[in-house]
Amino acid sequence: MEATQLNAESTQRKHTISILLENKFGALNRVAGMFSAKGYNLESITVGPTEDPSVSRMTIVTRGDDAIIEQIIKQLNKLIDTLKVVDLTYDSYMERELALIKLGTTTENRPEIMQIVEIFQAKIIDISHRTVTVEATGSGQKVDAIVKMLKPFHIKEIARTGRVALKREFVGEV
Amino acid sequence: MTQHTTPQRLMTGAEIFVRSLIEENVEIVFGYPGGAVIGIYDALHDISDIKHILTRHEQGAVHAAEGYAKATGKPGIALVTSGPGATNTVTGIADAYLDSIPLIVFTGQVSLKLIGNDAFQEADIVGITRPITKHNYLVRDVNELASTIKEAFYVATTGRPGPVLVDLPKDVMASKTQFSYPQTVKMRSYQPHAEGHQKQLTKAIELIAKAKRPVLYVGGGTILSNASEELKKFAHKTCIPVTTTLHGLGSFPENDELSLGMLGMHGTWYSNTAVHYSDLLIAVGARFDDRVTGNTETFAPEAKKIHIDIDPSNISKNVKVDVPIVGDVKKILQQLLPSVTTLETKDWLQTIKNWKEEHPLRYKNGKYIRMQHVIRKISEITNGNAVIVSDVGQHQMWTAQFFKYILPRTHLTSGGLGTMGFSLPAAMGAAFGRKDLPVVSLSGDGGIQMNIQELATIREHNVPVKIIILNNGYLGMVRQWQQLFWRKRYSHVEMSSPDFVKLADAYDIPGFRATLTNEVDDVLEKVFSTTGPVLAEFRVVKEDNVYPMIPAGQSYNEIMDVPEKELEGLENESTEELELMTVTKG
Repeated sequence: MEATQLNAESTQRKHTISILLENKFGALNRVAGMFSAKGYNLESITVGPTEDPSVSRMTIVTRGDDAIIEQIIKQLNKLIDTLKVVDLTYDSYMERELALIKLGTTTENRPEIMQIVEIFQAKIIDISHRTVTVEATGSGQKVDAIVKMLKPFHIKEIARTGRVALKREFVGEV
Repeated sequence: MTQHTTPQRLMTGAEIFVRSLIEENVEIVFGYPGGAVIGIYDALHDISDIKHILTRHEQGAVHAAEGYAKATGKPGIALVTSGPGATNTVTGIADAYLDSIPLIVFTGQVSLKLIGNDAFQEADIVGITRPITKHNYLVRDVNELASTIKEAFYVATTGRPGPVLVDLPKDVMASKTQFSYPQTVKMRSYQPHAEGHQKQLTKAIELIAKAKRPVLYVGGGTILSNASEELKKFAHKTCIPVTTTLHGLGSFPENDELSLGMLGMHGTWYSNTAVHYSDLLIAVGARFDDRVTGNTETFAPEAKKIHIDIDPSNISKNVKVDVPIVGDVKKILQQLLPSVTTLETKDWLQTIKNWKEEHPLRYKNGKYIRMQHVIRKISEITNGNAVIVSDVGQHQMWTAQFFKYILPRTHLTSGGLGTMGFSLPAAMGAAFGRKDLPVVSLSGDGGIQMNIQELATIREHNVPVKIIILNNGYLGMVRQWQQLFWRKRYSHVEMSSPDFVKLADAYDIPGFRATLTNEVDDVLEKVFSTTGPVLAEFRVVKEDNVYPMIPAGQSYNEIMDVPEKELEGLENESTEELELMTVTKG
């Protein structure tokens, strides 16, 4: 029983899918609705404008085995407003997430927090007598790591974005 | 003085709507007026190019549009008001979505400034129907109205067809602009392609050439793409037998030797057997639905599979296939035809012939009426030249089994969604579109009562629908499942009905009834000699079961043919009177 479960899980994989779609009313809803209607996992979804104001880019992080991912991509393509779907997972790509982390601080622990912020190349964007707010950007892993490092301090609030990603361009041998 | 060209008169959204439908050659609209569409109805008032049929319920309007679309191949049009008018279309839209029927449903909406205010008769129909339409639109500007309608027709009728909803706010329809209807549509995000990929075609041709026990498994996509002629040529050239899905019925003539009838849960014994032992299965415009495959792990276990489908998301969705070919069935069959050769299938066809002899469709004819008998008789009377519109349940399966279909677009049913109440309004819609063939609506006593209000519409327009009610006093299919799989605990499946003949009289429709088998011929004679609408109720055997049957999710090995004891007849029937009746497809 356990072995089969492990097997089933091992074929599951996290995928980052980038979608270009017509910037039309309800487009986000169509995509999110398709995921819930078909019962697909949706870890994060971001949407924003692109260089062309008539086109939006949506970045989705999902999980599934090959057959499910294949269906997800087909179902995304089937939506009438979809212009292009790219599964970035097997390509080299850049990804960024952003987190705002508000910490309750004391004069004693502030230096240590600032040290961590520096190591992660994050920024302090707000400060008060009792709080600092850290802005961290990077890969999902990096943002996870700084959140983990800051956990021992008093995290009052966190706001995190989903993932945005773009394919890397190929650089030939120089 | 220089002469000026007369500036074009500004038109209201409502006028533009009507003019756009005329541009799309719409001849009939099924609808129901209300506050939000009163302006549109005003614009429709003087139009003679479009016939408007006032149904008695918005659900009836959508099913009628479906029936019209399925029987004619043209898109079906429904027009309803906002709020409840719109929500009443939901079942029909979901039905059309699952059965890939081209529909354009126009719904009224409250004025833009009131949207979101919980205004009177407001419902977010675009949100509600998003997962059950191919696409939908809210028109926010009268300047986008004509192009949106053009796009809606294009999306509904191309690629894999489906329902498209266009929501029309009242103020948008009242505002004015110049009308010009676009002649072409270009959507950068939607470009369905018809032709199959050459590499895939080559692989398919190689597989076909090697096959010893091939079967063509044909679905509704073949009818949607008007590919029956190509299918016939393909089957005859290659000598491959043909089984069809419920929606594929009519795509291949069932009096052709190569026909195996329907496959699946209630398919013929020999079609399911042939599929099980096949070494090549060619799915043509079919989607490996669970009612066809049962347990997908054991479906056609020895067969290589070729899958022709216009919807890429159907490929490898349920069953992994060896050669997918994405495109239009007609186009792909045309591409394949020159390259396929005649296969040596004589032995295979002989084996199938033996199976047909061993396991025909059968029932015993006795004193009391079997539904199978009524349907077989209708098949004989019409010789397949009728549009048969069934509802959902036992009679639907027997209608699929005991009628011999020879023409495409003559078998209409709610296959995907399984919508009870489909038959009567859908048959009405079909009869408006098809004057060349008699249209027969078959329903059980349950389904007929779900849209019985449309008898009034049928009467009003003297629609020549032959309404057959097969009354067994039960929700028969549920009762059958309760008998076979739920220890015969008949929970809430027995139901009483009004006197259907009196009801027909109340609607001023001639009504007849048969309660014994020896009355069937006479009643059917009356039904088929009546011009205009006619209703006949057949009081049939209460507890009868549909066989063959492969229980849901099971494998071919679990197939049940008619048990001998169920052929024995009823307690109060003398066995001498019983006569074994058989029907074989092909």
